[in-house]
Amino acid sequence: MRELVTQAAYLAASLLFILGLRSLSSPAKARRGMQQAALGMLLAVVGTLVQQEIVRYEWIAGGMAVGAIIGAAMAIYMPMTAMPQRIAVSHSLGAVAATLVGVIEYYRHGADVGRGKMVVLGFEVLFGALTVTGSLMAFGKLQELLPTRPITYRFQNFLNLTLFAVAIGLFGWLIYDASSSIVFYTMLALGGTLGVLMVLPIGGADMPVVLSLLNSYAGLASAATGFALNNNVLIIAGALDGTSGFLLSMLMSKAMNRSFANVLFGAFGAVPSGGGAATSVAGLTVRSLSAEDAAAQIAYARSLIIVPGYGMAVAQAQREVRELADIVTKKGGDVKYAIHPVAGRMPGHMNVLLAEADVPYEQLYDMDAINDHFERTDVALVVGANDVVNPAARNDRGSPIYGMPILNVDRAKSVIVLKRSMNPGFAGIENELFYKAQTTMVFGDARATIKLLVQAAKEL
Amino acid sequence: MTATEYIQLYVFMLAGVVGYQVISRVPPLLHTPLMSATNAISGISLVGSLVAAGSDHGTVSTVLGGIAVMAATINVVGGFMITDRMLKMFKRETRKP
Repeated sequence: MRELVTQAAYLAASLLFILGLRSLSSPAKARRGMQQAALGMLLAVVGTLVQQEIVRYEWIAGGMAVGAIIGAAMAIYMPMTAMPQRIAVSHSLGAVAATLVGVIEYYRHGADVGRGKMVVLGFEVLFGALTVTGSLMAFGKLQELLPTRPITYRFQNFLNLTLFAVAIGLFGWLIYDASSSIVFYTMLALGGTLGVLMVLPIGGADMPVVLSLLNSYAGLASAATGFALNNNVLIIAGALDGTSGFLLSMLMSKAMNRSFANVLFGAFGAVPSGGGAATSVAGLTVRSLSAEDAAAQIAYARSLIIVPGYGMAVAQAQREVRELADIVTKKGGDVKYAIHPVAGRMPGHMNVLLAEADVPYEQLYDMDAINDHFERTDVALVVGANDVVNPAARNDRGSPIYGMPILNVDRAKSVIVLKRSMNPGFAGIENELFYKAQTTMVFGDARATIKLLVQAAKEL
Repeated sequence: MTATEYIQLYVFMLAGVVGYQVISRVPPLLHTPLMSATNAISGISLVGSLVAAGSDHGTVSTVLGGIAVMAATINVVGGFMITDRMLKMFKRETRKP
């Protein structure tokens, strides 16, 4: 009877999870659907607690109480701008849980664990440990506790691959003979080390891919836990999580025109590109514009497309951006936002920031939906974006970003670029957009500049 | 492989296919909420942690299980709450009267 209750709860939970994710296909239904998924989680927990196996509750109660307080506090007080960091931390925590469960299983059964189970336990702790430390590294980079540029050294890939091979070798040994716990814990430690080493050479702009990939690993570790514990809801939820992360990392890599291998082993931006790669800028000059002139141009635009990038997130300028957009709308202009898939540090980063600033989501356009609009647009306003608007991706075969899909900002009638300085972007590549005849630049902190623009536009 | 293991593998693969179908329909607009939602859902490892912490197989299991329960609960509670907070922000254009 108890078993029936548990299984019914798990089945209901699995269905509610799938329906919850299904609801995310439309912003109007999403909230409701996710609340149902949360209900599913509650059912799964209750369904577990009624099991006969569970006889003592003090550590359960303690763990849940502390976890709930920390989780709720993080959810309530954390600013939206810290979202990428939070995602990284929670990948890590999810993997901590999965890894510990795997370790406990091995600790309890040791040599008697059985071959089939050792296979899944191995996957669980290997993927788990890698995700725990890898996500913490990603957190460190996003929080800028660690340098965000890629850290590389000689024989890096060789070392990583060797360590990986050793870990796989130990895994094989354990499947053959599970009795040596030293082998098990060495493999665990190697997994953790690999997580650190893998994320070390990855730069800030590649974070969307890495976060998605770690999302996928965390899911796979959960699914492996399900196999080990013979628990279907874990397998299903883990598979959902795993596919989601995998799909997102595919989309992100595609948006950068790079392969997984290139993201993981390429250390993009670390190696200064050789001669001929960067467009020569000798003899070209940029034209800078005063805030007043820029404001006039923007305020009287009949159509305006705003292109936000990581610079907007850093300057936290999303509210000011919306204020400026409101002025244009009031004067009868049409405002759209063009969102590149890899703008920012995680998938969907810009959308969340702009939604927080009360920008209605109908105004947020994906790259494919907006790219044909630029030709008919009076002003394109680039706020802290660089590589995703660099025409070299289209024209310059020698450029490291050649082939990457970009926003067609250069086709707008006029382009205003807000930029901190003339430093090249993350990829270290000159941007010919800045030197085009229709482009003008306004230098300075994005937030301060837009404040000036709003001020000036109001006085018009 | 035992019959159970085959069934587990079926479940995993079918869930993967369903996941692929469902998630490929999520628009880029909601990719961040999607990540935070799957984070919350992957907090399902709480279920495994509960068994480890509550089944009295010695102090090591119980304590490590308790830590696992805490980590998973942070993801479940925090994950669902922050997803909700985010989804609440996505608003339609308000038509002025």
